[in-house]
Amino acid sequence: MNPNQAKLLKEVMAADFTLIDLNLYLNTHPYDQNTIILFNNCAQRARMLRNEYERLYGPLTAQNSTTKCPWQWINSPWPWE
Amino acid sequence: MWVYEKKLEYPVRIKTPNPKMAKYIISQYGGPDGELAASLRYLSQRFSMPTNEAKGILNDIGTEELAHLEMVGTIVHQLTRGVPADVLERAGLGAYYTDHDHAIYPMSAAGTPFTAAYIQSKGDPIADLHEDLAAEQKARATYENLINLADDPDVIDPLRFLREREVVHFQRFGEVLRIVQDKLAEKPYYVKKPDCMNPVFKR
Repeated sequence: MNPNQAKLLKEVMAADFTLIDLNLYLNTHPYDQNTIILFNNCAQRARMLRNEYERLYGPLTAQNSTTKCPWQWINSPWPWE
Repeated sequence: MWVYEKKLEYPVRIKTPNPKMAKYIISQYGGPDGELAASLRYLSQRFSMPTNEAKGILNDIGTEELAHLEMVGTIVHQLTRGVPADVLERAGLGAYYTDHDHAIYPMSAAGTPFTAAYIQSKGDPIADLHEDLAAEQKARATYENLINLADDPDVIDPLRFLREREVVHFQRFGEVLRIVQDKLAEKPYYVKKPDCMNPVFKR
């Protein structure tokens, strides 16, 4: 993986993790309006980063994005490599 | 990593409880040929697969099995929801009720708790893929036994869907086995143009 790709992927991971953590917090604090505003902003930013990453480097999920031929999903590297 | 979607892969809407049927179907939740074993098997084996096709198939079928686990859990839940203890007992679920009430617990139809001994992860892709082919056939046979035991169309319909998925998975595993065998049969090359000479790798 080239350094630019690794850097953008790390940003996507950070943005997504923010959502994971806010998700759990909001499950037990569903009326916390300030956090909901924060969540919405973070969700928008995560989606932007994800779109940018997928445009440059291929799909992060098999089914939520379109692909060119040949099918890009199975391309290396896989996360454990 | 994984993301949850708030829907089933295929609808489960059971209107009539049937604890006896639940006692049998729980085997596809936590039994020897169940969905939990299937998912753990494929998601563990994928780390040692040698081709991208094999990695993709093990990863994605392992993921789909989790959706099947959820469907089977939903079937058992809807078959036992609101059923009183004495009715559960007459259906053979007295022991289950003692330890788990109306909860869903991964075990076989005969009551053996789930164990990782149901799966293997061998580090040998040919051995692993043969196990996977066998696992899909065993799961298909189990779903057919369950369909034979069932009489409610609301139960039979999702069971038929799950059975069909076993057939599709078997087909895909067969294709992967062929791809992996072809790769392993390739002649080794000891002299090769370095990657930096290949235009794809130039930046």
